[in-house]
Amino acid sequence: MFTRGLKRKCVGHEEDMEGALAGLKTVSSYSLQRQSLLDMSLVKLQLCHMLVEPNLCRSVLIANTVRQIQEEMTQDGTWRSVTPQEAGRAPLDRLVSTEILCRSAWEQEGARPAPGLGDGHVQGPVSDLCPVTSAQAPRHPQSGIWELDSPREDRGGFHKSLDQIFETLETKNPGCMEELFSDVDSPYYDLDTVLTGMVGGARPGPCEGLEGLAPATPGPSSSCKSDLGELDHVVEILVET
Amino acid sequence: MPSHRMPSEADIISTVEFNHTGELLATGDKGGRVVIFQREPESKNAPHSQGEYDVYSTFQSHEPEFDYLKSLEIEEKINKIKWLPQQNAAHSLLSTNDKTIKLWKITERDKRPEGYNLKDEEGKLKDLSTVTSLQVPVLKPMDLMVEVSPRRIFANGHTYHINSISVNSDCETYMSADDLRINLWHLAITDRSFNIVDIKPANMEDLTEVITASEFHPHHCNLFVYSSSKGSLRLCDMRAAALCDKHSKLFEEPEDPSNRSFFSEIISSVSDVKFSHSGRYMLTRDYLTVKVWDLNMEARPIETYQVHDYLRSKLCSLYENDCIFDKFECAWNGSDSVIMTGAYNNFFRMFDRNTKRDVTLEASRESSKPRAVLKPRRVCVGGKRRRDDISVDSLDFTKKILHTAWHPAENIIAIAATNNLYIFQDKVNSEMH
Repeated sequence: MFTRGLKRKCVGHEEDMEGALAGLKTVSSYSLQRQSLLDMSLVKLQLCHMLVEPNLCRSVLIANTVRQIQEEMTQDGTWRSVTPQEAGRAPLDRLVSTEILCRSAWEQEGARPAPGLGDGHVQGPVSDLCPVTSAQAPRHPQSGIWELDSPREDRGGFHKSLDQIFETLETKNPGCMEELFSDVDSPYYDLDTVLTGMVGGARPGPCEGLEGLAPATPGPSSSCKSDLGELDHVVEILVET
Repeated sequence: MPSHRMPSEADIISTVEFNHTGELLATGDKGGRVVIFQREPESKNAPHSQGEYDVYSTFQSHEPEFDYLKSLEIEEKINKIKWLPQQNAAHSLLSTNDKTIKLWKITERDKRPEGYNLKDEEGKLKDLSTVTSLQVPVLKPMDLMVEVSPRRIFANGHTYHINSISVNSDCETYMSADDLRINLWHLAITDRSFNIVDIKPANMEDLTEVITASEFHPHHCNLFVYSSSKGSLRLCDMRAAALCDKHSKLFEEPEDPSNRSFFSEIISSVSDVKFSHSGRYMLTRDYLTVKVWDLNMEARPIETYQVHDYLRSKLCSLYENDCIFDKFECAWNGSDSVIMTGAYNNFFRMFDRNTKRDVTLEASRESSKPRAVLKPRRVCVGGKRRRDDISVDSLDFTKKILHTAWHPAENIIAIAATNNLYIFQDKVNSEMH
């Protein structure tokens, strides 16, 4: 860790820091995992735009998951403590299948040390997916959104954020403009507009989840990147407002 | 499956259904095709080939369509097939894709009239001057020909994707359910349907729950059930009101607080619901379990069986690769004593409700030669590992058995493993217990 010749400063101070960091790591591990889950969910919702035949059930379940995460983040206020620097340092190049997120909330409060991040790592096609997903999730801007919300608007702010994202994504997508003016009783408006895709991209194969989230594959990848660019754009708009 | 064709995505089987006698087995695939198998009558001459299923008919049920308004393709994939009870020599079935339901009539022709006066053998008009006497045409036997024709097309009834169809016990009506609505149709009328359930909120932003499956009660023509993405079942009575938004009974199991996670709701979503043959129970499948419900008890299921609980600690990865959204079906045997459902790695599971024993079997070419006995499989989750056990991390999540069916009377099951159909028969225990 240290190169030869360099003196270690103030050993006692560092030991205290390590203890504090260990405690912080336990809590922030869960927060980071939760943040990753949130990022992943938002990416999945965005990809719904691209699908030729969007699955409403899947979209609703993902949206509900996002709301749950937001509510919990509001309740325990941990969203404030996830600063961009911490998020940047996290070893999130591997989104492991952790027991943390699958465990109940009250277990988290016990602040047990997180199990080794290598545990329970599902092999096969799933593990190949991990590095890709986390790298794509725009973590920095996300943290930025939560931090810029004023404390008064905690709860409402989150619901608004999600809806704002949906609305802005809706207007960003050129294909949906005509549909907005259609008077057919069809899934065009608001959440539905967003959750059900518009002009189709590539048709999903049997492992649509894998292909859709991997940037290397052609076809889905270009629209995937442009949608993530959209998310950045959306974030800019939210930040400005 | 024919061996000369390379397997493609269009061959992926998307539904399997026996008819009411079990003589016919229909499969639908992603390419919009329906293949019907017929059970060969048992013959004393060839006892080994008795009761095997051979291809009876193949036809293209649905074609891909384009919705110009939404600029979206409508998939031709067959979501469900339901047989009508047989009322004459012909067989009828309903097949549906995401938007359109079709009624198909399947008839056999094994005789042909010969000896027309005005036409010759090839159907050409005869020269009248050559006709010197009159004859009565007679029916002569011919090679069996199976003819399939679309008799009704029930279109434009659904804005969202159809997930279920169910024929009423009155044999005159049927229902079709999509994510937000359920419609009642008369089998003879295609230009209108009655909306009997509508859970679409006024503001789509408030949408948090969708319909996942629905079925008519097997005996009471006024009762039907529908399941939701939040894990609830609603039993509705059509006599109570025209619009059955208010359920007669709500079946919901309270959440186990010790098991709560961000994935709790997703894994509670019911992917299939089936009434028992007796009509007294309902069987539901969610991501990790199958549950038996008593119609008289709404508070909780009377039985819960773990299908693959070892996946509980992998839910995050399964969410990531979308496997957590896989919709598995479930099935009763004819006597309602055994239930069956599919899993991953081409495994399927059976649970005996009486003995409480369960078994895991595999549907694959390697492990099942014709007339071989299926070997029970085991997934090990750490701890002692036996020789043929498979570890959780080695499971192939792309090999999923979503669609299974059980013969209505005998121990014969049909298993769809991606683009292969397996039919297993229990010759030893042919009778139901």
